[in-house]
Amino acid sequence: MLHYWQREIENLKKLILSLGAIVEEQIQRSLLAVERRDTPLAEEVISKDREVDSLEILIEEECLKILALYQPVAKELRFVVAVLKMNNDLERMGDLAANIAKRARYLAKKDKINLIEDFGNVGDKVQNMVKKALDALVNTDINLAKEVIAADDEVDKLTKHLLKRTINAIEKDPDRTKDYFSIRSISKNLERIADSATNIAEDVVYLCSGEIVRHTELGMEEQAEG
Amino acid sequence: MVDHQPGENLKITVEKMNFFYGPVQALFEINMNIPEKKVTALIGPSGCGKSTFLRSLNRMNDIIDGTRLEGKVLIDEKDIYSPLSDVVELRKKVGMIFQKSNPFPKSIFDNIAYGPRIHSVKDKGKLMEIVESCLIKAALWDEVKDRLDQSAMGLSGGQQQRLCIARALAIEPEVVLMDEPASALDPKSTLKIEDLINELKREYTIIIVTHNMQQAARVSDYTAFFYEGHLIEFGATEQIFTNPNQKQTEDYITGRFG
Repeated sequence: MLHYWQREIENLKKLILSLGAIVEEQIQRSLLAVERRDTPLAEEVISKDREVDSLEILIEEECLKILALYQPVAKELRFVVAVLKMNNDLERMGDLAANIAKRARYLAKKDKINLIEDFGNVGDKVQNMVKKALDALVNTDINLAKEVIAADDEVDKLTKHLLKRTINAIEKDPDRTKDYFSIRSISKNLERIADSATNIAEDVVYLCSGEIVRHTELGMEEQAEG
Repeated sequence: MVDHQPGENLKITVEKMNFFYGPVQALFEINMNIPEKKVTALIGPSGCGKSTFLRSLNRMNDIIDGTRLEGKVLIDEKDIYSPLSDVVELRKKVGMIFQKSNPFPKSIFDNIAYGPRIHSVKDKGKLMEIVESCLIKAALWDEVKDRLDQSAMGLSGGQQQRLCIARALAIEPEVVLMDEPASALDPKSTLKIEDLINELKREYTIIIVTHNMQQAARVSDYTAFFYEGHLIEFGATEQIFTNPNQKQTEDYITGRFG
């Protein structure tokens, strides 16, 4: 049988997972809007960000309530603190998805840019990181969380590569510099989403082990070992 | 006054209550609305008047010589201090659990059947039904069902306290007053009592005095902070413990005094 405050913690888990599910969908749909040049879809993503914002507030209030009223300790304390932090990251990811949707809306009005196809690869990788970070949370799976942390470097590399190609494209076609800035903005937003997914994964490592792995080059170690 | 949630009914209304022990005034102009089927915690340092206030809700102070109450205490809109009020009926409706468990030196069965018998329940089958359902409600049934005929004095402290809760429930109260119900118990028994309080609020209006602020935070829906006979603040427990309106409340719950 669950004690009464454990039911509150279970409820908190449901809330953070539902926020995760909405944000995951927002990212996926924002990239779809870019790829398909779908303005109505972009508008939907932009307006749905308000839902993300209000859920974030609700989750923060729930965390504060649990801390103030039940004074959780040990794993329960780590869980509430981890949720408080990943709540922030998920809300940020929601904003970044809305930013991508805004770029999609802008680019849909312009002639097609070939570089958009390159988002496919990095977009898949980033979405995969987000999905794995949330799965790691659900299953308190420290190994899966470490995979996410390791994957971030790959996304950084792809982003740098895309930047080079964008610069080249601008040099060849300076009339469309503004459009290419939108391309750069999308890839930067994607990179930031990956950073936030990494933060969540680090919070999961903390939740599972009690160890704070931020700034410890864990990702590099993992890659070296692999 | 506190903002109650929509859909909440008021069970008890206290209006301009002053209370005196002889010449000494213990409570000053208390106004309070206590919602039905919720847990309301009364907190504050020793001597702040919270137990006096609790006892005024079923006229337990009447038995102390020289006490006097001014103002009104309405339960279900009826003034319990009106000359027409029946104290026996009142105490049937408003049960009480004390700090120290006080089972009768009788069998477990007889402890719970005592009240219903006084209220003329004679049928053995009916009594058994009451005993079983009250022990289940008090989360004690599984531990004692095979020894109902044994003395209640043989139970552990935590079990005795739950037996007292079962005994209070046997006369079908609507309000249950608890004065430090877990302060004499170990953490595990305390947790059982707290889980129980959380279950009981589905059916009963519960008012609990506790010195343990964390306990108030954990179990209650509303919290009232008393200081030197005054009701300083009364509000939703979540609000009191995250963002109290009064500095005195903040100082007390953060441990600066009391």
